[in-house]
Amino acid sequence: MTQLLRTEKKLFAAALVLGVVFAGCKREDKPAEGSGPAAGGASGTAGATPGDGPILVGEYSSMTGAEATFGQSTHNGIMLAVEEVNAAGGIKGRKVEIKLYDTQGKTQEAGTAVTRLITQDKVTAVLGEVASSLSLAGGAVAQQFGVPMVTPSSTNERVTKIGDMIFRVCFIDPFQGYVMAKFSRDNLKAAKVAVLYDQSQAYSKGLKDAFVKSFTEMGGEIASEQAYNKGDSDFNAQLANIRDAKPDAIFIPGYYTDVGNIALQARKLGITAPLMGGDGWDSSELPKIAGEAIEGGYFSNHYSHEEQRPEVRNFVKAYQAKYSAVPDGLAAMGYDAARLLFDAMKRAASLSGKDLAQAIGETKDYASVTGKITIDAGRNARKPAVVLQIKGGKHAYVATIDPK
Amino acid sequence: MTKLLQTLLDSIAVGSLYALIALGYTMVYGILQFINFAHSDVFMLGAWFSFVLARAMGLGGAGSGSIVQSLVILLGAMLLCGVLGFLIERLAYRPLRKAPKLNVLITAIGVSLLLENTGQLPQLLGKQPARMPSVIPDLVLVEAAGVQIRLVDVLVIVIALGLMLFLQWLVFGSRLGGAMRAVSQNQAVAALMGIPVDRIISFTFVTGSMLAAAAGFLYAAKYPGLNQPAHSTWVLLGLKCFVAAVVGGIGSIHGAMAGGLLIGFVEMFGAAYLTPHLRDVYVFTLLIAVLLFRPSGLLGLARVEKV
Repeated sequence: MTQLLRTEKKLFAAALVLGVVFAGCKREDKPAEGSGPAAGGASGTAGATPGDGPILVGEYSSMTGAEATFGQSTHNGIMLAVEEVNAAGGIKGRKVEIKLYDTQGKTQEAGTAVTRLITQDKVTAVLGEVASSLSLAGGAVAQQFGVPMVTPSSTNERVTKIGDMIFRVCFIDPFQGYVMAKFSRDNLKAAKVAVLYDQSQAYSKGLKDAFVKSFTEMGGEIASEQAYNKGDSDFNAQLANIRDAKPDAIFIPGYYTDVGNIALQARKLGITAPLMGGDGWDSSELPKIAGEAIEGGYFSNHYSHEEQRPEVRNFVKAYQAKYSAVPDGLAAMGYDAARLLFDAMKRAASLSGKDLAQAIGETKDYASVTGKITIDAGRNARKPAVVLQIKGGKHAYVATIDPK
Repeated sequence: MTKLLQTLLDSIAVGSLYALIALGYTMVYGILQFINFAHSDVFMLGAWFSFVLARAMGLGGAGSGSIVQSLVILLGAMLLCGVLGFLIERLAYRPLRKAPKLNVLITAIGVSLLLENTGQLPQLLGKQPARMPSVIPDLVLVEAAGVQIRLVDVLVIVIALGLMLFLQWLVFGSRLGGAMRAVSQNQAVAALMGIPVDRIISFTFVTGSMLAAAAGFLYAAKYPGLNQPAHSTWVLLGLKCFVAAVVGGIGSIHGAMAGGLLIGFVEMFGAAYLTPHLRDVYVFTLLIAVLLFRPSGLLGLARVEKV
């Protein structure tokens, strides 16, 4: 089978087909121009459902794909909040319904999902996404149509900068980076830290930048800065460089699937320094993949299910009764995002995009599972973060760090 | 020096994995002149079948499987993927034998999506990543001057080379291989000579899929954190192996072997000595260079196509 029909033409044809396929995917990044709203759409009412039917709220989450636990946990949290609000009589006498689209963790799917939610399903507001890259894509669409969007857990700074319709109930990466920098300086007494981040994820890159900035400001030294890409499975070259730099700790602000592989390969290379990360580590799958390799690792998160505040106790109890699982941080964030949105809907003068956005923006000291939420002028939530440690495959509470 | 030797070892190990997968692409192209995009999913399933079989045997705790258990897992995964490869060809590609090549190519993309998304069903493999139980003991065989020679790397190289030698004999030394080569040169004439063309094509798919399954097993042993079926890791690995097949000269078996190793070398040396996160850039730059200066691949023969 050595010399076969193989010509440049055929390869070219194959490349052409590939090109067409990829171009086809790319095109979905943005909504079709023809379907956009008229100029000044930010004040439009495209999303408001008329009449007395149920209030339709859109959700876009990664129900399948690489970060599936993120979407599933968030969705569980949202559904719990919906159940509770409907049991208590709904909003303005109307029931709430959720329309969910799966993003598969793909950026291009996020834009498509939000476009469908708004143009076809005519939702009043949008909840989602977890991953910042996807929220950036979906948020641009929501802003364009003037439909308020609340992201439960996208921590990248740029997400709410899209425009006045985009809110979040979580802290932002500059704060999360500060938390882990402070923790490694004060609690771990680390002088030299190496970082390994996913340069293809807005979340990972933003958190890395924030950590590096805070850590150097606190007098620490970055021993080595290494990057990888989504889809990489071999991290030995980066880890070998990190090993040679002899850091006191390693900061890996990635998502749990990659972190698991990185931890396994790091221990194989003989790296014993403690590993640290952000809320992307928050999945019960991480200890299952990495086992003993991730034991003792620290990460910043939105809440700890061990906290004794009544909001946390009630939420953990209700969640366990419904799903027979301990809620992770993303479930709590999904629950909080939905509840905060419903609270704003109750207060809003009408359910038009503009009124609703104003009501969300006026949220102050709202008691939620992940701490008291006040939406600031940048449409971000100001609240404390917790640091957790992975112990025996479970998350143990270590410290709470307040905003600066 | 330490780094050089370590990188050399890693390159050969990763390169032989690539070569095993690249062979599947090249064999199918050689015989049907289309690119089987579902091949990377067969590789993914090879890794996941190994996981399922290892779990079924009760592995997963401390310690690792015996040699017999590991062999059963390897052969089991190859068998399952062989059957899968047969079914894919029989159900998806054979009905399109007379259709334009473009239809088959698009069908291949469809099969790929079907496998990825069916694999995510909770009743099947699920959406979560998993930890591959230890099938090859984590032993450092030789440690000299900082270079670690691990059992898993040695086995990856030995098994991959063994399979490639077997394939070499199969294609160039057996009657069946003669029939395969005949079908690849001219299907109509081969059929006139009494060669059962459909059966030979099925056999080619089964062989390619079994090699991909072996690669999946070895990959899972080397990188035990298995990503979920639709993760971009699998697509990227498949793409690199496709690049390996093109660089070596698509349709050429020796080309795929050489291409796989070359891609492994370029990637590992690039990662170790230049910037690690640009490893894919080196691979695709090589592809562009080869396509520019030697479009038919390093070991491929340029042929004029009669129009």
